[in-house]
Amino acid sequence: MSESLSSIFIGTLLANNLVLAMFLGLCPFLGVSARLNTALPMGAATTFVMLVASLCAFGLNWLVTAFHLEFLRLISYIVIIASAVQLVEMVLKKYSPVLFRALGIYLPLITTNCAVLGVALFQTARDYSFAQSVTFAVAGGGGFTLALLLMAGLRERLSLASVPNVVRGTALSLMLAGLLSLAFMGFAGLGAGE
Amino acid sequence: MSIPGQKPLSNLEELLEGVWKQNPVFVMVLGMCPTLAVSVSAMNAVSMGLATTFVLLGSTLLVSLLRNVIPKEVRIATYILIIATFVTVVDYLIQAISLAVYDALGAFIQLIVVNCIILGRAEAHASKNPPLKAVLNALGMGVGFTLGLFALGGVREILGAGKLFGISLFGPDFQPWVVMVLPPGGFFVLGAWLLLFNWLNSRKAAPVKPVEGHAHV
Repeated sequence: MSESLSSIFIGTLLANNLVLAMFLGLCPFLGVSARLNTALPMGAATTFVMLVASLCAFGLNWLVTAFHLEFLRLISYIVIIASAVQLVEMVLKKYSPVLFRALGIYLPLITTNCAVLGVALFQTARDYSFAQSVTFAVAGGGGFTLALLLMAGLRERLSLASVPNVVRGTALSLMLAGLLSLAFMGFAGLGAGE
Repeated sequence: MSIPGQKPLSNLEELLEGVWKQNPVFVMVLGMCPTLAVSVSAMNAVSMGLATTFVLLGSTLLVSLLRNVIPKEVRIATYILIIATFVTVVDYLIQAISLAVYDALGAFIQLIVVNCIILGRAEAHASKNPPLKAVLNALGMGVGFTLGLFALGGVREILGAGKLFGISLFGPDFQPWVVMVLPPGGFFVLGAWLLLFNWLNSRKAAPVKPVEGHAHV
């Protein structure tokens, strides 16, 4: 596959946004998006893990294919991601304990963020080269952060509004996400469609 | 379901827990990613549900059997390894059974690994209960998950394509509501289902005498 880097970047960031178009990483998207000031660091941490995971996955994929051990691919990806998350957790704990506490349980949960594994799996499935993989991971992380920020902004406003009791909670968040996703459909056709 | 009536009630309750009271899709709202991504059609939804149920059953059985052997410190990593093994099995299994289904589900089969339901069950239930109970609970959760997926996929396929399991329902004049099979439709349909359940719950909780069979839609 020979998509240009810019088309991968724009396509992954907007048109095929991981969260709003491909439904990856919904748990943290709905979980951490209540406030703006935790949304940004969460997005940054996830982007970093994505980048590390993508780099490692690229190397691993080469190794696994070279030794004809394709059935081990999934298992090794998961182990890599778990270690990357552990790394981020230790760094954050050392340099920014406040942030570490604010993110709480959602930090280790990046391991089970489908977006991270999704990036690794999709880059393998689409046969991306090294540069393409890195672009894909950065754009994917950027798209995730963008969606998280938009959602957090909306929800902060909405918490001041009076909505009927029945709608409160997850149902409302999902409707909001649906509207955002509808808006992002306007980007379809930008960059490379899958 | 192959659970005979002479089983003790607690086991039956264990089974029914996941189907209704703690339904993973509608009550716990877990495992959203595969739920929304593959529920474009009823067929996809059901195959995804079955694949997840298989992984759920296998991994809970193994975790429950090994629950006294696995050291506390590395338990999450061990669970993920066990789950990833079963997902690899299911991945190859589906590829062997039906290539069409495999192509339709794509990378989402491998993404079963990060489905929160499975890890959640391993951590919250299987690691504390004997194999029989754990497997029954997992079976219930799997059935509940499949039902939830079917409810989503069915609605989206009917509204978005006018079909169910590929069979045309409304004849040739039907104008498909295309948004429903596109990503926003997934969010809307799930939101609507949650709304419905919230509304039913609030009606049940309300002090007003509930009138059976009084349609109020």
